[in-house]
Amino acid sequence: MSAHLELFNLTKVYPSKKGPQTIVRDFNLQIPKGEFVSIIGHSGCGKSTVLMMVAGLTTVTSGGIILAGRELSGPGPDRGIVFQSPSLLPWMTARENVMLGINQVFFTATEQERAQIAEYYLSVVGLADFMDKRPAELSQGMRQRVGIARAFALKPKMLLLDEPFGMLDSLTRYELQQVLIDLWRRNQITTVMVTHDVDEALYLSDRVVCMTDGPEAGIGEILNVPLPRPRDRKAILELPEYHRLRATLIEFLEVRAHHRPNSSNSPSGAATPPASVPVSA
Amino acid sequence: MKTPWNRFDFLLLPLLGGAFILLLWHLSSHSWSGDLPDPAKTWHESKPYVLEPWAKRGELDQGILRFTFLSLILVAKGYAIALILGTPIGFFLGLSPTFNKAFDPIIQILRPVSPLAWLPLGMVLFAKIKGINVTEVAALFTIALCSMWPTVLNTAVGVRAIPTDYLNVARVLKLSRWKTLTKVMIPATLPYMFTGFRLSLGIAWLVIVAAEMLTGRPGVGGFLWQQYNALVYEQIILCILTIGGVGFILDRLMSVIERRFKTI
Repeated sequence: MSAHLELFNLTKVYPSKKGPQTIVRDFNLQIPKGEFVSIIGHSGCGKSTVLMMVAGLTTVTSGGIILAGRELSGPGPDRGIVFQSPSLLPWMTARENVMLGINQVFFTATEQERAQIAEYYLSVVGLADFMDKRPAELSQGMRQRVGIARAFALKPKMLLLDEPFGMLDSLTRYELQQVLIDLWRRNQITTVMVTHDVDEALYLSDRVVCMTDGPEAGIGEILNVPLPRPRDRKAILELPEYHRLRATLIEFLEVRAHHRPNSSNSPSGAATPPASVPVSA
Repeated sequence: MKTPWNRFDFLLLPLLGGAFILLLWHLSSHSWSGDLPDPAKTWHESKPYVLEPWAKRGELDQGILRFTFLSLILVAKGYAIALILGTPIGFFLGLSPTFNKAFDPIIQILRPVSPLAWLPLGMVLFAKIKGINVTEVAALFTIALCSMWPTVLNTAVGVRAIPTDYLNVARVLKLSRWKTLTKVMIPATLPYMFTGFRLSLGIAWLVIVAAEMLTGRPGVGGFLWQQYNALVYEQIILCILTIGGVGFILDRLMSVIERRFKTI
């Protein structure tokens, strides 16, 4: 009951030419405060849709979202978001991009205090020397660092990450995962991350939520990741537990993701095939 | 093939092109077009206007730069009106599909109308208003109305092209409407707006000649028309060259400014 974030029966239906199309159906999840949860699944399965509903950037068809005891409606700065593309405003410097949100959230603070918050978080993500550069002058990885600083600087109640490292090369991705997990440990912030990278999910998360394929995607299973923290990328590779979890995840993505979450229920949409036939991608 | 001559191509080839046109002009005036003054005569008759560009000998007998200046003032005024009206209209068209559906058809119909058609309407429209210079107001009306459309349409396209990501940033941060407009939407639209501004200036300058011809105002266009009526053909060519040169310079200036705003 003390879940920090609670999603109950979250459902998203899009209108389409062939009639209403159910993307996500009855998504239920409870996340205690401070937990790092990854949602993993095939591209297009609807995992981003779930995240965007929590962010308030997509409307919820039915069901509800409760964050810290309050039902959410619409977007707000209480949820820090890092998108796959950094979505910085290109006419502003890194500092100005971070300040835009800070001015909005900490409007009671003095000018100096607000500037300090921005400088602190930009330094923490390693951009102390690049604060006054515009996005075009920064590398893709640096831009994403600004995105992370921008999200943390607002002291949000939770963090939503939509494949935040998807556009980066693997070395940069490792670096940024480290930046993220350090900040997460320092702030103990509840985090939901969408990813399709099995190793990323295992390295960062306390739990991994596996989503079945759409349409009518839902939760297939939830995997606990009881690896001790702080995790060392090389050390966890030697744990048998890590390989067992990895094998389970890959097996889920290759086989079980294609089955309906609750195939014993009768099919509801006319557009879906009979329940006994597993949908193959 | 890189010969030493290639390095002067940028200078040599335009000169060759110009010389070819001069030759064609010269041959024409001495063969099938007897009334056309040849280049030498044109230069000779234009000298007083070019060598004393700021002279004022009479209302319609002034140095060429003085005429150009008068024309530019009028264009500047009409152009300013076009931008002040056109930019917000473009924003509304881009923001509101309803507004767009209501006004887009009428814009598409008014857009191709020639300045020669608008000017008489302007004269009629403002004829009964006391205390104004009707011909000037009618000219401004025509310049503004004709040159407004590129600004309107480009601004509208720019507003529609604002990436959802940027708007999402504004939504997540719960920026006020005013802040969303000034911090996100206007900066995101600026490059499109400036493309519109540049095209609008080109049209505004194009319209000036028609406006001055019909109203008889002093300026490059008015001078051109007066000299034609006085059967002095040399200065027609002088005016054409001046109009072309000024238009070219204006376009270059605007594209420099336009590039300044392409920070995105």
